[in-house]
Amino acid sequence: MSVHVRVNPIACEAHGLCAELLPELITLDDWGYPIVDPGPVPAHLIDHARRAAAACPTLAVLLEERLGVRPERSR
Amino acid sequence: MSEIARVRAYTRTGEALSHAEHFERYGPLPELQGDTIVAELERSGLRGRGGAAFPTATKLRAVRAGRRRSLVVANGAEGEPASAKDKLLLSATPHLVVDGAVLAARAVGARSAAICVADDAALRSVQDALAERPGDPMDVNVFRVANTYVSGEESALVHQLNGGPAKPTFVPPRPFQRGVRGRPTLVQNVETLAHLAQIARFGADWFRECGTDHDPGTTLVTVSGAVNAPGVYEVDCGTSLRDAVALAGGQSARLQAFLVGGCFGTWIRGAVDVPLCHSGLQAFGGSLGAGIVVALADGVCGVDQSAQIVRYLADESAGQCGPCVYGLDAIARASEDLATGRANEAALAWIDRWCTQIPGRGACHHPDGAVRFLRSALDVFRHDFEAHVDGRCDAARAMA
Repeated sequence: MSVHVRVNPIACEAHGLCAELLPELITLDDWGYPIVDPGPVPAHLIDHARRAAAACPTLAVLLEERLGVRPERSR
Repeated sequence: MSEIARVRAYTRTGEALSHAEHFERYGPLPELQGDTIVAELERSGLRGRGGAAFPTATKLRAVRAGRRRSLVVANGAEGEPASAKDKLLLSATPHLVVDGAVLAARAVGARSAAICVADDAALRSVQDALAERPGDPMDVNVFRVANTYVSGEESALVHQLNGGPAKPTFVPPRPFQRGVRGRPTLVQNVETLAHLAQIARFGADWFRECGTDHDPGTTLVTVSGAVNAPGVYEVDCGTSLRDAVALAGGQSARLQAFLVGGCFGTWIRGAVDVPLCHSGLQAFGGSLGAGIVVALADGVCGVDQSAQIVRYLADESAGQCGPCVYGLDAIARASEDLATGRANEAALAWIDRWCTQIPGRGACHHPDGAVRFLRSALDVFRHDFEAHVDGRCDAARAMA
């Protein structure tokens, strides 16, 4: 199980709070709309991701839990 | 050769095949069970003819797997300006499409099908056809949808059938999961359904007699531009670009490139042997889209043509997502500035930057398609774009 950040682009109005609160995973494009790292949210950023989702004025930031194959442990 | 081939003959007279003529040619609707239809489709290897080339049987299975009763939507919106094949099919052989919708509905356990069209002639043709089939056990209706580029995007189509505007919705849930009235909805292009109607009658082996192993069957292509007889033609999947142009009466001028796949498509220069099919065009990073081939004559500026298409796509944005609204307008403006000689190298750098920022960030694939098209233009017409930066336009050139 992994958590991913996703943006509903129809709801998003480029307030930009998400990029302020979660700069590790979210940057803004030239018009102020978020560009999101599609990878899993690292454990130490989960709380920040939740905060970013909660702070979005249009509720466009979503945290999705995905069932995934766990990557093999490197040796 | 498949029977759809004859559609062209009928458009000359403007007459649709009546139900009696249709019955005489194709015989009765086969009495197949849903599982049998899906199994036969699986064996046929039919892929969707609306642009995405998704395996039809896989889509049917996904809709069948839904717990609620499903619905079928026949997509005849055909928003691509360079495509005429769906309108032609609906005007010439509407019963084949209705048959396909009925069989698809049976295959996914639906009780009703909605045929969506965006123009008057197709609407009348389908209405007349439905009036000729009063005893049909399946509830088939025709709906008029918006005549815009994104209207036929499957979530936009479902949105309209649910009473909303012709705009895509945020997915998932995708239509096969939650579509019309919240039910699992099979959205299939009308040509795909016409093929399905024939496969159900004549079998997968018959279908596979044409085309290639990877892309079996025939497909309708709309050939336009600098050819002597622009129009809709049925070709075996995998037919070369050269043969498709020959079928359309041959080239009417010296050619410099082809646009394959429409506004979301790819420019191709020189490679006239490229096979027109899903797997053949993948090698070029392209796709056949809805079966579109446009021949670009020598002496026509590829930069200008491409800028016009990007502007068209920017204007056809549903206007919902920032990256599409602002991004496409920005790349369209930069392309237009380059086309008219008002831009320097910086414009090319900005386009590169924006073409990296935009993709994958809309609710639908509209922005992705526009970016793919412009990237292909930059690739094929690189020399011309650079000449425009220097204030020159040397469009006239021999075919590579």
